[in-house]
Amino acid sequence: MDYTILIGGAAGQGIETVVLLLEKTIKRSGYNVFTYKNYMSMVRGGHNFMQVRFSDKAISTYSTKVDMIFAMTAETVAFHKNNLKDGGLIILDENFHNEENFMHYPFQKLAKEIGNEKVVPTIGFGVIGRYFGLDKDIAINTLKETFKDKILQLNLEALDKGFDLTETNKQLDKREDKNIIINGNQALAMGAIAAGVKYYCGYPMTPSTSVMSYISGKSKEMGIVVDQIEDEVGALNMALGASYAGTRAMTGSSGGGFALMVEALSLAGILEQPVVVVNAQRPGPATGLSTRTEQADLRFVIHAGHGEFPRMVITLRNPEDSFYQAARAFNIAEKYQIPVILMTEEYLTDYMTTTKPFDFSKITIERNIAEPEEGNTERYKRYKYTETGVSPRLLPGKTKDTVVLVDSHEHNEYGNIDESIETRNSMMRKRMKKLDGLKDELMEPDQLGVDNPEILLVGFGATHGALADAVQRLSSEGMSVGALVYGDIWPFPDKLINSLGKNADKIITVEQNMTGQLESLILEKTRLQIYDRILKYDGRAINGDEIIHRLNAILES
Amino acid sequence: MTCEYDLYDPSWCPGCGNYMIIKALKQALEELEIPSHMAVIVTGIGQAAKMPHYIAANGFNGLHGRALPPAIGIKLSNKDLTVIAESGDGDTYGEGGNHFIHTIRRNINIAHFVHDNQIYGLTKGQGSPTTAMGQVTTLQYDGVKVEPVKPLALSLTMGAGFVARGFSGDIPQLVELMKEAILYSGYAHLDIFQPCVVWNKVNTFQWYKDRVYKLPEDYDYTDFNAAYKKAMEFGDKIPTGILFKVEKETYEDRFEFIKNGPPLVDAELNPMDAEKLLNDFY
Ligand SMILES: Cc1ncc(C[n+]2csc(CCOP(=O)(O)OP(=O)(O)O)c2C)c(N)n1
Ligand code: SF4
Ligand SMILES: [Mg+2]
Repeated sequence: MDYTILIGGAAGQGIETVVLLLEKTIKRSGYNVFTYKNYMSMVRGGHNFMQVRFSDKAISTYSTKVDMIFAMTAETVAFHKNNLKDGGLIILDENFHNEENFMHYPFQKLAKEIGNEKVVPTIGFGVIGRYFGLDKDIAINTLKETFKDKILQLNLEALDKGFDLTETNKQLDKREDKNIIINGNQALAMGAIAAGVKYYCGYPMTPSTSVMSYISGKSKEMGIVVDQIEDEVGALNMALGASYAGTRAMTGSSGGGFALMVEALSLAGILEQPVVVVNAQRPGPATGLSTRTEQADLRFVIHAGHGEFPRMVITLRNPEDSFYQAARAFNIAEKYQIPVILMTEEYLTDYMTTTKPFDFSKITIERNIAEPEEGNTERYKRYKYTETGVSPRLLPGKTKDTVVLVDSHEHNEYGNIDESIETRNSMMRKRMKKLDGLKDELMEPDQLGVDNPEILLVGFGATHGALADAVQRLSSEGMSVGALVYGDIWPFPDKLINSLGKNADKIITVEQNMTGQLESLILEKTRLQIYDRILKYDGRAINGDEIIHRLNAILES
Repeated sequence: MTCEYDLYDPSWCPGCGNYMIIKALKQALEELEIPSHMAVIVTGIGQAAKMPHYIAANGFNGLHGRALPPAIGIKLSNKDLTVIAESGDGDTYGEGGNHFIHTIRRNINIAHFVHDNQIYGLTKGQGSPTTAMGQVTTLQYDGVKVEPVKPLALSLTMGAGFVARGFSGDIPQLVELMKEAILYSGYAHLDIFQPCVVWNKVNTFQWYKDRVYKLPEDYDYTDFNAAYKKAMEFGDKIPTGILFKVEKETYEDRFEFIKNGPPLVDAELNPMDAEKLLNDFY
C-alpha cells in the first residue's frame, strides 16, 4: 500500500494542523510517512499545500499523483484536480460547487455547531481517519498532545463529528512503530546539540530559522546560549569569538545572510578558528523565492571568502544524514581548526519523514584542544608550524602565564603581524597543509543501485531521496542504473566517481539549479564526460517521478 | 619599570596618543591585579586596533568594525575572563555602528575603549564618523559634508549604564576611568580623545588640551538628563570623566545557567545527555 493525501488551502486555515495530526497518527499506527510541504511566503491567504504520503514500505520522496485531496478552498481543487489518481477522491465543504468524485461535507456548519470555526481541520482529519480506518484511540491521543483544556474538548468533539461523517474504505491495521518523525532542520539542530554546541547565534532567515528556534527551545534545558544578533555579519564574528574562548559555536542563515558572513568566513580561515556554519539554501538571486527550494549556492559556498584557506563543505541528504553530519562537522572543524559549512535546502529543512531513531552512542566528541605544558616559560605559539599544519590549540584563561593571540593579518607563529616573505609563504603552506589530512577524512558519495551501472546518475544533497526512489523503480524494471549522491562535497571526493564513471555508459547529473554546478565541479576535478543533465530551478523539489520521466526522455532522444 | 603586560614596542608614530593609552591600559590592568592570562583584548582593524600586538594579554584581532561581536561571544563563553573591546572611532562608530548600538542594548559585562582621533589613521587621513563638519581631509578635499556622530549621547540614549570620556593627555585620569570601566558590571563605554599627529591637524593635542575639563566633584553621574547635557557639550568646553553610571542587570546574568553555573566553556560535553530530545519525535 502507498497512499498520498493532499491538503490545500490558504495560509492560516489550518493545513499544518491536519497534517500534524495525520502524520503522528499514521506513524503511530506503524506506517512510514513522508510529508512534502509547499508554502508561499505569506502568513495569511495565498495557496499552500502539503502532501502526506504513507506506506508500509520505505518512502523517500513525494509522489506526483495523489489518492485524496482535502480542499479547504475551491482554488485547491482547481490547482490539483489533475494530480488525482483514477478513482481518487476530493473532500470539501458542501458550500463549494458540485461535481462527481467529490465528497461534500458540512464542515463549516458542524464547526459552527461546535462553536469554533477553527475546528474545521480536525473535522477533516476525522473524515480522513475514518476513511482510512485509522485507530481512533491513537487519533485521540494525538489530539490530546496537540491541544489543551477547552480547545481540546472542542477538537475531540470535532473528531467525533468527522468520524461519523463517513465510512471506512481502507483498513490501515495497526503495526509496530519504532520510528521517529522529524524534518531536516530539527535533525540538524539535534545533531549539533548532541555534539555539544553551546553557542548558537544568528539572524532569522527562512529556511534556516528553524535550526535556531529548535535550539532556542532547548536552551535552558541543555545550557546553550542562543543569541539573535543584529545581523549576519555580527553572527559569524560572534561565533568565532565564542569558539576562541573554547565553546562549540555555530551560526546559520540562508544565501543572503550567508553572503553577509563571507568576510568572517575568511577570518575563520586565517584565525584557524573552528566553527560550523549552516547555509540553508533557497532560490536566489537576492530575496529570490523565500520559501522554496534550490541547490544553487554550491559554487558560491565552496569558494566564498576572499583569499585562499581550507574549509570543508558538506551537503545534507536527509534528516538522518543531517543529524550525523552536523555532529561530525564539529569534530572536523576542531580537528583541523577550520570552518565547516553544512548546506541544506528548503525542501529538506521542511519535509517530515519517519526514520530510525538516531543512535546517540555513535556520536563522538573530539576537541583537539592541547594540554597546557606545566612550567613552560616560552611564549605560546598559537600558530606553531607542524607536520600536519594544525597547531596545538590552547584556550584563553585556562593556562596560567600563557596568553593566546589570534590575528586576522598575516602573522607569525605567535600571532603577531608579520609581512615577511618567509612568514607569508610558510603560513600559507601551513594552513593549506591541513587539506592533506582533510582529504583522508572525506566520505565518498552514497552509492545507490547496482554495482557497475550503465547509467550513472550523480547528484548531491537533498535529491538523495528522489534519486533513491528513481533508481529503485527503474532497476526493478530491468534498467542498469545507479546513482552517486554527494554529502561531503568540498574538498571533492573523487575516488568513487572515477571508478564508477569510467565504466558507465552515460553519466547524467541531477541538480536543482540552472547552470549545472555539480557538473562543472566534476569536470574540474575528474576527466569524466557528462552525457546529459536533469536540471530544475523552478523552486519546487524534484521527486522520483520527475527524475524517471526526464531520464526516459533523455534516453529516448 | 617592567610590567607583566609589556610585550614589545609599538610601531605607532612618535607623538601618537595611542602611546599614552597603552600606558594607561597596562597600568590599569596591573593596578587591578588582573593576571595577564585572564584578560582578553578584542579589536577590529585600524591603528588603535593593533593593541593586542603590543600587550601581553590574550588577544583577538579580528575584522574592521567587528570588535564587539566576538567580545560578546568570548564573555558569554567564559565569564571569568576580563574582556576589553578596543578600536578606533571609524571601526566602532562607522563600520561597526550596528554592533555598537545593539551591544549597548545587551549590557554585556565588557569594557569598550574607543580611541577617538576623529580621523581614519591607518588608511591615511579620510574623514571618520567623528570628524567635524567642514574639515578638509585626504579624501574630503572641500570638507566633510556630513554631521559627526555624538558617541556619548548615542550610547546614553541607547541605554548604556556606564558612559565616560577620557583624554590620552591625562594618564592618571585615564587609568582611573579604565579601572572604573573594567570594574563596572555591564557594558562600559569609554571614548578616549587620542590625537593623531599625522592625519588630523585640527584636533591636535593642544586643541583637546584647550577644551577638556574634568567634571566637578559634585557632579551627579546618576542623573540621566545632566549626563545627556554633558554628552552634547562639544564646543569650547568638553567634559571628561564619568558622565553616567547606574547599576543594571548584565546580559550574561539573564541566562540562568551562566549566572549560576560554571563558565560555559567548562561544560562537559556528552552526546548521551541529548538523547532525551528524541522523545518529542515519537
Ligand atoms: C571591511 C574593511 N573595510 C575597510 C578597511 C580599511 N580600513 C582599515 S582601518 C580603517 C579605518 C581606521 O580608522 P579608525 O577605526 O578610526 O582607526 P584608527 O586607524 O584611526 O585608529 C579602514 C577604512 C578594512 N580593513 N576592512
Ligand atoms: S597615523 Fe595617527 S593614529 Fe596612526 S600611529 Fe600615527 S599618529 Fe597615531
Ligand atoms: Mg580613528
